[in-house]
Amino acid sequence: MTRKQKKMLYRILAASVLFVVSLLLPVTGPARLAVFLIPYLVIGWDVLWKAVRNIKNGQVFDENFLMCVATIGALIIGEFPEAVAVMLFYQVGELFQNVAVSRSRQSISALMDIRPDYANMERDGQLVQVDPEAVAVGETIVIKAGERVPLDGTVLEGASALDTAALTGESLPRDVAPGDEVISGCVNLSGLLHVKVSKPFGQSTVARILDLVENSSEKKAQAEHFITKFARYYTPIVVFAALALAVIPSALTGQWGVWVPRALNFLVVSCPCALVISIPLSFFGGIGGASRQGILVKGSNYLEALAQAGIVVFDKTGTLTQGKFSVTAVHPEEGMAGSELLKLAALAEQFSTHPISRSIVDAWGGTLQQDRVTGVEEIAGHGVRAVIDGRQILAGNWKLMDRENIPITSNHDHLGTIIHVAVEGRYAGHLVIADQPKETSAQAVAGLKAAGVRQTVMLTGDAERTAQAVADGLKLDKYYAQLLPADKVERVEELLAEKSPKEKLVFVGDGINDAPVLSRADIGVAMGALGSDAAIEAADIVLMDDDLLKLTAAVRIARKTLSIVRQNVVFALGVKLLVLILSAAGLANMWAAVFADVGVSVLAILNASRMLNVK
Amino acid sequence: MKKTFKLIDLDCANCAAKMETAIKKIDGVVDATVSFMTQKMTVEADDARFDAIMKQVVKACKKVEPDCEIVL
Repeated sequence: MTRKQKKMLYRILAASVLFVVSLLLPVTGPARLAVFLIPYLVIGWDVLWKAVRNIKNGQVFDENFLMCVATIGALIIGEFPEAVAVMLFYQVGELFQNVAVSRSRQSISALMDIRPDYANMERDGQLVQVDPEAVAVGETIVIKAGERVPLDGTVLEGASALDTAALTGESLPRDVAPGDEVISGCVNLSGLLHVKVSKPFGQSTVARILDLVENSSEKKAQAEHFITKFARYYTPIVVFAALALAVIPSALTGQWGVWVPRALNFLVVSCPCALVISIPLSFFGGIGGASRQGILVKGSNYLEALAQAGIVVFDKTGTLTQGKFSVTAVHPEEGMAGSELLKLAALAEQFSTHPISRSIVDAWGGTLQQDRVTGVEEIAGHGVRAVIDGRQILAGNWKLMDRENIPITSNHDHLGTIIHVAVEGRYAGHLVIADQPKETSAQAVAGLKAAGVRQTVMLTGDAERTAQAVADGLKLDKYYAQLLPADKVERVEELLAEKSPKEKLVFVGDGINDAPVLSRADIGVAMGALGSDAAIEAADIVLMDDDLLKLTAAVRIARKTLSIVRQNVVFALGVKLLVLILSAAGLANMWAAVFADVGVSVLAILNASRMLNVK
Repeated sequence: MKKTFKLIDLDCANCAAKMETAIKKIDGVVDATVSFMTQKMTVEADDARFDAIMKQVVKACKKVEPDCEIVL
C-alpha cells in the first residue's frame, strides 16, 4: 500500500469507530444529526470538497458530486446512518479499487522486468559497471554468471547457457559459444562471456520489447470504447431519471417522503466505475499474462480480435514445418547397410555448404574424415563425385545417375528430395530428405480447432504433393500449393472476402518475406521473432519462439479475457438495472444501492484480476 | 509528433476517459490516449505548435482531475 492508501485506511477505520459510537448514542433530533455529522465529515470531507471544485470546473456529473447529493439528500430526509454508511462504503470501495489496480500494475511490471540495469566493461584492466545506453556498437562487454545480458551482440570468448524464459517463456536454456549471437534480456546462467555489442541499446531486443509492451495499452479494444461511450451517457440519463422520479410522482401524489428517497438511490447507482475500471484491467491482465509466456500482443484490440478468430492461415516453411531439411528415410539396395549408405553420402557431401548436404552430414552424426576422401568434384545441379577409400562414389539426383548411365534399380514414390548414391558405377540406394513438420504443429492445429477456429489453411510455394502430405498429416482443412509470394496475398484476400464479418482471419508466418500478408490479415502473427526486428515490426502479435502451441495459448488467453469482459458487463449492468427498478418500486433501500455501486465494482475487479494468473 | 507522458495520481478510470475526450477536442491534437492502467498519456499533435498545445492539454486535464499531475 502506498502512503496515500494507508492514510485512507486510517480514515476509514476512524470513521467506522465514530459511526458505531453514533449509532449507540441515545440522542434524538438535531443533536443526533450533529453526532452523525462527525463521522460523515471525517470520511467524506474530500468528496465534498472535490464536488465543489469540480462544479466550478464545469464537471457536473462527476461521481463526487453525485455521492454528495445522494448523502446530503439522505441527511435532509433524516436517514442519518444511511448517509454515513453510503459515504463510508464508497470510500472503502475506492480504496479497494486503488489497491487492486496498483497491485495488478505492479505484478505486470514485475513480469516485464527485463530491463538491464548495467553493463560490465573492461576499463584499464578493471571491470566497471556502465549504463547500457552508454555502450557503443563494436565495444566489448563482459557478462558474468547470474547477470542479465544488457545488449545484443556476438560472443567473442567463453561458453555458457542462457535462460531465455523472460523473453520466450521457454524454460530450456540455450547454449552459446564464441561466434553465437546473444540477445539482451536473457540471463547468463553459468560461464563468463565476452560479447561484442552489435546494436545500440535503443535498438536492442530488450528495448524494443519493453517499448512494445508499454505502448500496448494505446490501442484500445472495441469493448473499451463501448464502455467509455456508455459511461458518457449512462450517468446523465440516470441523474435525470432520478430527478424525474423525485418530482413527477411526488407532485402528483404529494408523497414527497416516499419518492425522494427512491430517487436518491438512483444517484448512488449512477456511477459507471465498475465497468470503466474492470474492462481495461481485464485486457491489461490478458496482455500481461500472455507476455509472461513469450506472446507479445501489441494492443487490446488485437487480443479482442484474436478471440474471434475463425480462420487461421499458416505459412508452411518455418511455421508449420521446421524450415530446414532432414533425412527422413534411408533405402539401401541389397548388400548395402543403411548406415554405410548414409556414411558414404555424408563423406562425399562433407565439403558442400548446400542445406541438403548439411542435413545428410547431420543425419550421419559421425566424425568427418577428410583424408579418406579425395578428388571431390561438385557437378552443379546434379550432385558430387568423390573417391572414398579408393572407391568412386556418386551422390546426387536422378540427373547425375542418368549422366553416368547408372540405372536406378529401385525408386519408391517418395515425398521430398531424393539423393541417389552409386558405388563404383553400381546403384547403391537412396536417401529421402524433407522439411518435416514441427513436433507440436499437429497438436497446435488440433488445439486451435478445439478453441473454436472454424478453418485452418496452409499456404506454400511447394509442389502440390508435398503440400498435400503436410496438410493431411497435420489435419488442415485446406491448402494452396505452388504459390508465389504475391499469390499468398491474393489467397488471403479471397479468404477475407469469403468469411463472415463477425469472424477474424489470422495469418501466421515467420516474419521473413511475408510482411505484406501479415499486414493484410486481420491479425498478423509472427513467430520465432527472437532477434528478428522485421517480424516484431510487421506483426500485431509476436510469438517469441518457434513453438506453434504458443498460438493456441494466445487464442485461449484472448477468449478468456473476452469472456471475463462479457461477464463483467452483464453482471454490472444487470445488478445496476435491477437495483434501479427495485428502487423505483420502493423495494430496494440505500444499502442495496451501495452494493450495486461499490460491491459490484469490487467483484468486477476481482473477476478481472483472474486474468493475471491465467495459464 | 507523438509523445508519451507519465501521469502521477491518476486515481479514477472514469477521469482518464474524460481526460482523453477533453484532450482530443483540443485544436491541433491528432490523437490522444490516456491509459489508466499504465498511468500514461500519449499525445499526437502538430509539430510546430506542440508546446502550445501541451499547455492546453495540461489545462484540460487539470479541469477534469485537479489532483493528477502530468510529468512533462
